[in-house]
Amino acid sequence: MKTRKTRTFLAGWIALCGSVALLAGCSQQSPENFQKQLQEQLIKAKAGDVIEVPEGKFHLDRTLSLTADKVTIRGKGMDKSILSFAGQKEGGSGLLVKANDFVIEDVAIEDTAGDGLTIQGGNNITVRRVRVEWTRGPNPLNGPYAIYPAECKNVLVEESVAKGASDAGIYIGQSDNVVMRRNRAEYNVDGYEVENSQHVDVYDNIATHNTGGLGVFNLPNLPKQGGKFVRVFHNQIYDNNTANFAPQSLGAIYHLPAGTGMYVMAINNVEVFNNKIHDNNTTNIYVIEYNPSLGEVKDARYRPFTEQVYLHDNEITGGGKSPDVRLDDVKALSAALGGPLPDVLYDGVIDPQIRAAKKGANPAQICIANNGTFTFLNFDGGNGFKHPVSDLKTYQCSLPKLEAVVIPQLPAGSAAQTGGQ
Amino acid sequence: MVETLNAALKGRSFTGWLRRCAMLVALAAFFGCVRPAQSPVQSFVAEPFPQKLSDWHLFSGRGDALEPNQRVLPYDLNTPLFSDYAAKHRFVWMPPGTTAQYRPDQVFDFPVGTILVKSFGFPAGGGKERLIETRLLVHGKDGWVGLAYVWNHKQTEATLDLVPDPVAVRYTDAAGGQHAFTYYIPNANECKQCHENSRVMLPIGPKARNLNKDYAYADCVANQLARWTQAGYLQGAPQSPQLAPRAAQWDAPQSGTLEDRARAYLDNNCAHCHQPGATAGYTGFDLRLTTQGPAALGVCRSPNSAGRVGTLIYDLVPGKPEESILVARMESTRPKEMMPQIGRSVVHEEGVALVREWVRSLPSEGAGCAAGAH
Repeated sequence: MKTRKTRTFLAGWIALCGSVALLAGCSQQSPENFQKQLQEQLIKAKAGDVIEVPEGKFHLDRTLSLTADKVTIRGKGMDKSILSFAGQKEGGSGLLVKANDFVIEDVAIEDTAGDGLTIQGGNNITVRRVRVEWTRGPNPLNGPYAIYPAECKNVLVEESVAKGASDAGIYIGQSDNVVMRRNRAEYNVDGYEVENSQHVDVYDNIATHNTGGLGVFNLPNLPKQGGKFVRVFHNQIYDNNTANFAPQSLGAIYHLPAGTGMYVMAINNVEVFNNKIHDNNTTNIYVIEYNPSLGEVKDARYRPFTEQVYLHDNEITGGGKSPDVRLDDVKALSAALGGPLPDVLYDGVIDPQIRAAKKGANPAQICIANNGTFTFLNFDGGNGFKHPVSDLKTYQCSLPKLEAVVIPQLPAGSAAQTGGQ
Repeated sequence: MVETLNAALKGRSFTGWLRRCAMLVALAAFFGCVRPAQSPVQSFVAEPFPQKLSDWHLFSGRGDALEPNQRVLPYDLNTPLFSDYAAKHRFVWMPPGTTAQYRPDQVFDFPVGTILVKSFGFPAGGGKERLIETRLLVHGKDGWVGLAYVWNHKQTEATLDLVPDPVAVRYTDAAGGQHAFTYYIPNANECKQCHENSRVMLPIGPKARNLNKDYAYADCVANQLARWTQAGYLQGAPQSPQLAPRAAQWDAPQSGTLEDRARAYLDNNCAHCHQPGATAGYTGFDLRLTTQGPAALGVCRSPNSAGRVGTLIYDLVPGKPEESILVARMESTRPKEMMPQIGRSVVHEEGVALVREWVRSLPSEGAGCAAGAH
């Protein structure tokens, strides 16, 4: 009995020493060792496990992956626990997660070959105080997406930082029930993107020094169609004038003009309010249809039109001072107007069926109210700019406010959940 | 021997084959009796799985000879997944008294306890082969599990490894070409990356269309579907293999048209991810053999959130392989850009050539795809 106890004690003591040595020695380890240990932990993880990433900068050269549900990955801080993938040799992401009830917090992911943090098909996903960055700054060889949840349900991305993505910093795609808040996105092509997703709240975020601050849109040819019900509020979207550095093969994003504060494209039921949107040099807010010149539409389910957009109580100033003319429409408009463009640009394109069925000058229900002093133009994009409208009168309407998104991570009715609304 | 049999059997009916095979099998069984007794295959259907490959008793004699134990049946596929030119040796075993249920279009419905075995090796000189790894796909009681066993240098044993280290591979091929690269053995999660659909793990290869071919067994040449049925490993297959679907062999022009062979290649090299519910399901780019319609196959379709290669815009531009992202990503070995994303370090020149040729053969209507905005 005694012997057995001693042996257990000894074994425990050796194990303890081993783990202390392990932690202390981590930063000196070869990529293979740290990577192997962390990947093994992720493979063996069981529901309820917390996997700690110690302080230090760790070099990895292959995609890490997690498939176990109810696992938390936790570091010591987004500037302290750094997973660096510089020189990555294998895999399309830094960390690839296909799991439910996943939490990642207080960690950085740097310099991945492809996307930074990819989360696919998970329910109840929380990304908190995570930094994903390409440290060389804007570069077409940077990965497309920094924080990249797709086909997820109940997603919270908060207090995180994304820098240098060659498509979008913080992205949500083909997902349902999403809150993105208190994040910072800079030096990406697009700061934030809400793509083909429903029930999304975007608030208290900062977007600056990107090519474009924020895009809310639907794209064709993706399995999930019909994104809508998106609220964008209390955000600061300013000085997004970084030259577009997306590679051409990324599709529509390659055509995004530098200096686009936010754009709303091919979607309905979008409410944009209480934001400060300023000094974006092409235009502060761009409301447009999906133009087939961005890529052919081969999708019978897809509607390229933009409807029920309610812009109210925003501060919109200093936009359009020096437009980036990489898009034909923007180029022609800028030429026609002698250079600068208005704060808010609307292409005025309306679904012919809606136009035939509904009366009035604003059948698409684009409502713009209480935004203080700013400049506006419906440039009649569908008719070669024949009948431009700069008077806001037609658009001074209101729409029912959209409901707050409810996710399990944020209890309904809490101040946090409504963003002070 | 095999060739003689092959020639002798050419033009004969399947029943004729089977009769002759059955006779040979009976003979083999008779002579088998005098061999030293071999402990039967051990199947493990839950954790912990054995650390050593030999604990499964899948092979007799020295491990690397891969001489199958009794009831361990070798098989082959019409068009396999490319894995860095590795030689692959596949085997199947099912618990006595169990059988797989035939399904015409999907992977067979295998019984619990089934073991699918795939060993990967490279030439080691003198006609020998160096085995790198043996992967087991085991139908456990809670579903399929992927296990990678890594061979030691002496080639006497392979050991289970959840996160195998990369392996430096150097070899000289039959034509004298020198090859040196890093070979990546998938870790346990990477197995799922290809084998999971909607979070359910499944085999990929053993579908009727892939197995429907002749195989040179130790005793005779036989159609695999017929042989599996005869061995009690398959029930519900059509009376004649001619009534079962058959995929083209990607590198055998007589087995199908250019399109048949290219689509079979994409089916087995891409579609495990590129289909609804799988890893690349969210892209809407669906490369299964059964997929119809240009958009799902990427014709004039921008990959949007996904693809990236230089200045290319569309997944597939008919008539223009050099403008097709599909081809460019197969030709790349850079992470993120390359396809497949895992399990390949070198370019499959012949596979790329086939797909390139197919894309070139597709009629380009007018000017091809519309140009992007500028």
